[in-house]
Formats: sequence, structure tokens, C-alpha cells
Amino acid sequence: MNWIGLYTIYRKEMNRTFAIPLQTVLSPVITTALYFIVFGAAIGSQITQISGVTYMQFIVPGLIMMALLTNSLSASSSGIYFPKFIGTIYEILSAPLSHLEIILGYTLAATTRALIIGSLIYIVALLFTPIPIMHPVYAFFFAFLTAFTFALFGLIIGIWSDTFEKLSLFPALIITPLAFLGGVFYPISILPPLWQTLSLINPVVYMISGLRWSFFGTTDINPQISLTLIIVFLLLCVGTLFMIFRTGYKIRD
Amino acid sequence: MAILSIENLSKIYDHKIHALNNIFLSINKGEVFALLGPNGAGKTTLINIICGLTNKTTGTITVNGYDTVDQCRQTRKLISLVPQELHLDPFITVAQTCIDARGFFGKKYNEKLLTDILKQLSLWDKRDEKVQKLSGGMKRRVLIAKALMNEPQILFLDEPTAGVDVELRTSMWNLVRKLKEKGTTIILTTHYIEEAEEMADTIGIINDGHITTVAPKEDLMKELGSKELIITLMTKIQKIPDALHTYALSLSEDGYEITYEYKKTTSTSITAILSSLKNEGLKVCDIETKESSLEEIFVDLISNPKNLISHS
Repeated sequence: MNWIGLYTIYRKEMNRTFAIPLQTVLSPVITTALYFIVFGAAIGSQITQISGVTYMQFIVPGLIMMALLTNSLSASSSGIYFPKFIGTIYEILSAPLSHLEIILGYTLAATTRALIIGSLIYIVALLFTPIPIMHPVYAFFFAFLTAFTFALFGLIIGIWSDTFEKLSLFPALIITPLAFLGGVFYPISILPPLWQTLSLINPVVYMISGLRWSFFGTTDINPQISLTLIIVFLLLCVGTLFMIFRTGYKIRD
Repeated sequence: MAILSIENLSKIYDHKIHALNNIFLSINKGEVFALLGPNGAGKTTLINIICGLTNKTTGTITVNGYDTVDQCRQTRKLISLVPQELHLDPFITVAQTCIDARGFFGKKYNEKLLTDILKQLSLWDKRDEKVQKLSGGMKRRVLIAKALMNEPQILFLDEPTAGVDVELRTSMWNLVRKLKEKGTTIILTTHYIEEAEEMADTIGIINDGHITTVAPKEDLMKELGSKELIITLMTKIQKIPDALHTYALSLSEDGYEITYEYKKTTSTSITAILSSLKNEGLKVCDIETKESSLEEIFVDLISNPKNLISHS
């Protein structure tokens, strides 16, 4: 294993994150804080409790999860797209790095960035309301697994993209709508039956549900089902990435 | 001893464009090999396949006995590439990009090596500057510095002096000589034949995806190079005297210069020609010789395939 090579990719990506902290860290934290103010403090104060917690508390795990998956995806997709765009990808491809080391370097850095943002969002949420975490280990596990899985997915998108337009296509047109419709602001149990059924094909529902369970101990969906589906998605991404690197799709002529 | 062996290598893009056709090539350890060829001949494709940037279609490549596909980790440890384009991260410093380059190769940070390389390439004063602030020539130096940070056994220089000034070109040549002294194998592609003539031990010529010639530079120049003897006369003549018709001579338009073209390897008739001129009563004012350059040989090889030789 080329640990130094893997760490070099990781460090380079983290340096990129901290070189522009306003854009990479502070901006998503501020955006989420605005959700707390508008939906939690303003509108939420007019809503009765959901599953035994205040509306403000209810939306926190969903907003953290939304930040985790969008930021891990954008971090890894831009992480691999940028060197492709400026041509420096030759350094990685000609170095004695295995496919696994390249994938882990980018995805672990993206996961770290997402977890830092998620943690900051939790700290900001504490300024508005107390939010005890019932199962902190599971909470970290769900957060890590989701961020890591979406970092893998982001890597696929970054490799597939050959224009900036394509790079922003998935986050804007698919990920954000799925997150908003995935139960961030409401439990899916309050939806009409047809919409409840349709919601179950949205993978983000399971991720938010899993994190919400680890926070409050109750949720719409069995956490084991959530965990299983996240792992299935993760394995699909891993398989796709290894196929991409093996064939050289869009990275080697 | 061959450090790089290529057998039956072909590259076909999209099932129709044949970029490389049945390439066989062997490059010895410590050799400076210049790969010459016109634009689109396949030089960069060949280098990219060896370095792992492009997938081959068929054939095998071994570096130091290791297969570049099945044992790519071992082969890549030995190889560094200076690409043709200025592919650099503009937002990091010169020193950092060099440190990263070594890190990707799994090698620990080496401050002395970094200092030596940056000083050698006149980049020491620029070490803390961001790459985007550097001139084109400086960026080219950074690419070379990055490649050297891996302490490679084989260094690929793809058009290393394209668009650089004379000073940098000369310092590049000196650097290549130093690396050669250390035993580094250097494979360079260049449009500047002068560069190949200056540095290479062996010349390979690639055209239309085929390696057409591989020969030691001296042999190539001896076998395909020609010399000219230009004799300037004191008086003007209208035609070559009959006594000299047995030799392949040409007369200049002004009637003062007789040119005799001969191969360096064959025995010449210079003494006989000079004797005949004396016998004809023609007085010689000046004698000059000219040798064809590698550039002329290269142009001749590309434009007249009949002249091709193959030592591979």
C-alpha cells in the first residue's frame, strides 16, 4: 500500500478545502443556519411537536444529512474534475498509486470536509435549541457512511463530467431535490399514501431517517433497512469506480 | 542492458485510427534516446502508454523486466514524465507542488533534494510563489523539478524545450548531461533536431505510427549524412572540364564554384579531383567542406522513405 501517496492526495485535497474556507466550509454552514432561523425558529415555532421533539429539533438531523451528502459529493467531484480540467491528473495516473489508493485519497478528504461542515452545523443548531444525541456512535457511523458513499458517487460524477455544466448537473437537478423531498422538513408518515410509497424509492429518505433515529431513537423507517440500503448504494459506487479505473473510462485514452 | 523493451505495441483509437502500429523498441540503461517525428506521428501516444496515461490496444512493454500493466506499481516507481503541456496546479506554491510530486510516488519528504533541485533549476527564489505567477519558462522548469523529485531511473521529456528561451534550453541540456552521468535513462521527443544532435546517443524516427529508424546518432549521421567539398576557382569556367566528368561534380551558376558531394563512409576522390584541376590549369582560390546536419537527414528520411534504414 502506498500510504504516503494516499496521504498526499488527502492532504492536497484538505489544503484545497482550507485555502478557500469561506466557500468550502463557512458558506454551507451559513446557508444551513438560515434554514434554522426561517424554518426552525420562525415557522417552526408555530408547529406542534413531531415524534416527541420540537420542529426545530426535528429538522436538525435532516439538515445535517443534506449538508453531508451535498458537500461530500461536491468536494470529491470537483476534487477529481479540476485536475482533469487543468491536466494535472497525469501526476496521479503516472504515479505508483493503485485504484484503491486514488479512490480513498479523494473520498476520505471529501468525507472529512463534509463531517467538519456537519459538526459545525450541529454546533450552530445548539445555539437555537438543545439537541441531545441518543446514539452518538450510530450518529457518527450514519454520518460517516453517508458522506463516504456520496463522496464515492461524487468521484463518479467528477470523472464522468467533461464540462462544468455536467459537474453541476447532478447536485442541482438530482441531489438537492432528492434531499428536499427526502424528509428533511417533514416525516414521510404525514404524506398521502401514494407520496409515501414514492418517497421510499428516494435513497436520501433512508439516510435522513437513519440519522434521525440515532438522534431521537424514533423514526419512520427501521434503521437496519436504512443501513442496509446505504451499504448497497456504497457497494454500487465502489463497483462502478473500480470498473471506471480498470477500463480507464474518461481518464485514460 | 535494455531498461525499456517494447514488443508489437499498437494503439488504435475508436477501432479505426491507428496511432501506433506494431512498435518494437529497446532502450538501454543510461542511454539518451531522442524520438523524432513530425506532428501526429505518435510520439506522445507512445510516451503516454509507457507512463500509464493511455491504454494500449495490443503488445507488451516492460521496464526493468516489469510489465507496465500487470506490475505497473513497480514500473511507475522508476519513471518520471515531463509532459509537453504546462500541466500545473496554479494555486499552490512551487515548493508544495514539488513536495506533492514526490509524495504521490510514496517517497518521504526530502528537504535536501528539494533544495538541490530548486537551486539547480534556478527556482529557489521562487519556491514560495504560486505557480500561476510564474512565466512560461519558469513553469517548464517547475515541471522538470517535479519529475526529478521522484529520482527516476527513466525520465521522459516530451518536447522539453518547446517555447523556452536559449538560456533555459542550454541549462536544460546541461541538466540532461548531468542526469546521464548519474546513469538516468532519458527519452526525449523534440522538434528541435539540434537538441537531439546535441544530446542523444540514439535516434529513433517515428512516422505515421511506425518506428522507421533506430540507430546510434553517430552511425546515422555517418551512413546517411553526406559531405560537400566546395572548390572556389580563381577564374570563371563555362563547364566542368571533360577530364573531371568521371566524378559527380556540379558547377555553380556564376562558374566559380565546383561542388563535390560524397558519403563519409565511402572512399573519396578528393586528391584525384584536385590533381585533375591542376592538370587542367585551373587555379584554386579556396576549399571548403560542409557536413549535412541531423536535421537534413531527418527531413530526408521523412520525405524519402526509400532512404530508411532499420537497426531495431
